[in-house]
Amino acid sequence: MLKVTSLCRNFGGLPALSEVSFSLQRGRVTALIGPNGAGKSTMINCITGVDQPDAGRVEYLGEEITGMPAYRVAHLGIARTFQNLRLFPRLSVLDNVLCGLTVQGGKSMFGALIRPPQVRNRERRLRLKAMSALDRFGLTDLADWPVDVLAYGDRKRVELARAIVSEPSLILLDEPVAGLNHEETALVGHEIRALRAQGYTLLLVEHDMDLVMGVSDHVVVLDGGRCIASGTPDEVRQNPLVLEAYLGRTAVMA
Amino acid sequence: MTGRDKILYFLYLHRNGLTVLALSCLLAIYPLIYGNPYILGLTNLIGLYTIVVLGLNLFIGYAGQISLGHAAFFALGAYGSAILTTEWGFWPWPTILLVALGSGAVALLVGIPTLRLHGHYLAMATLGFNIVIYTVLVQWDELTGGPSGFYGVPSLAIGSWQFDSDLKLHYLVWAAALVCLTLALNLVRSGVGRGLAALAGDEVAARSLGVDTRTAKVKVFVLSAVLASLAGSLYAHTFGFVSPDTFNIFASVDFVTMVVVGGLGSVWGSLFGAALLTWLPEFIDLFESYKDIIHGLILVVVLMFLPQGLVTGLIDLARVRLARWRHRRA
Repeated sequence: MLKVTSLCRNFGGLPALSEVSFSLQRGRVTALIGPNGAGKSTMINCITGVDQPDAGRVEYLGEEITGMPAYRVAHLGIARTFQNLRLFPRLSVLDNVLCGLTVQGGKSMFGALIRPPQVRNRERRLRLKAMSALDRFGLTDLADWPVDVLAYGDRKRVELARAIVSEPSLILLDEPVAGLNHEETALVGHEIRALRAQGYTLLLVEHDMDLVMGVSDHVVVLDGGRCIASGTPDEVRQNPLVLEAYLGRTAVMA
Repeated sequence: MTGRDKILYFLYLHRNGLTVLALSCLLAIYPLIYGNPYILGLTNLIGLYTIVVLGLNLFIGYAGQISLGHAAFFALGAYGSAILTTEWGFWPWPTILLVALGSGAVALLVGIPTLRLHGHYLAMATLGFNIVIYTVLVQWDELTGGPSGFYGVPSLAIGSWQFDSDLKLHYLVWAAALVCLTLALNLVRSGVGRGLAALAGDEVAARSLGVDTRTAKVKVFVLSAVLASLAGSLYAHTFGFVSPDTFNIFASVDFVTMVVVGGLGSVWGSLFGAALLTWLPEFIDLFESYKDIIHGLILVVVLMFLPQGLVTGLIDLARVRLARWRHRRA
């Protein structure tokens, strides 16, 4: 569904990604793991147009999207969350989630100013949709709250709700459980499995190995900007290169 | 739901429409009861400024950009209408639209390169644009009348019925202001308006959700220029006289102060900010001589204690309180 070929990205001469290739299968959960600085977030940024790769190709449903601006990538049905939460602090929870429906809203400023019946009806439809996404994540009671007064865990859920509300064909989650407690992590894991069951395709960047091993169909391991292994969770777990990357050379030798 | 709940829900659901309606009724009746021409002249000015501030608030408060040059678009409207109708004999009504389109086109040309800038740089670029327009108004005196201004702009008329008294102009100006207010209220409650708010909150996130941030900024800049130009045209026809000092950079700063005092991102706040800062100097004599100092002081105090502006700041506080209260009850 998504195919990344020999992607490279340098930051001032330092390679953050070099020649990374992998692909995502429709309806599967793929995890992208690796130690800090392995290039995971850079990869997500290059796929979604937030960052531009220096070389390589990204294809989505057979169409090349390399270097496409982020807003156009979003219109193709690729949604994402961010590692360090990027919510709109002054907007309410409901408005934040409504922003996730930008791709289904009208783009005409004239229509927005005049507000003819079709715009009115569309707004009503979007609102219902947003409310059902809030309901799914247990945020209904918080709908009117400004986001910046919420607890961290709640804000994470708002971002998740904002990413899935438009029913995108591909969801990229950048560390969805970072900073969450055990209970909240289990909830997110449950939610990822539920999304998979509904037929969504997901790419998960995560540090939490229990979560990754529990929900993924396929795991890709990055280290120092290179793809060092890929396979099922069990294959990856036993791969000596992966152990070395995570535990260090000496630990494995010993 | 009980009857009372139904009524309250109806009021809540239509709160914007009902407030506009109530305000319209109030503005329609008030000059008939209290038709002091001096006060009407003042409220007409408030109406005109409200139109400028509404547009500017969409640009500054909603989209999170900054412009210190909106008096220039106000000037393009005023001088455009004045010169075209007086010297070239254009019909006033279509000229207002023509000039507004022209100002929109200028905004497009200025906006495409400058709106790539952020923060201070954008403020400087728009300030520069204002200085250019002001200098042209002062220097090109064969066309603009130079520093002494441009006289003899005709009144607007429907057939032979002229908008020549403060009372008649009151209805014209406030009808225009209320239409603009309604349009702005519509915009901010739409997907396009949320896109602007998103872009103000976090540009990267907005783009990743599908907002074409570059185009959105230019669009709202053009919209705000068109509104400023409309207000400028009406200004010229209302007072029959335009002078460059109405459109210098201090006027631009005043507009920004009105936006900030009223509340960033608050449509109703625009009305409040325009009214307060136009009215205050008339009531406090001290204000007259120290206007710029006091405006500066108001700006600093509001930004320090309620960075979102008076109206928005207070509404935000109330919203948090209300949400907490509901949460406790639930």
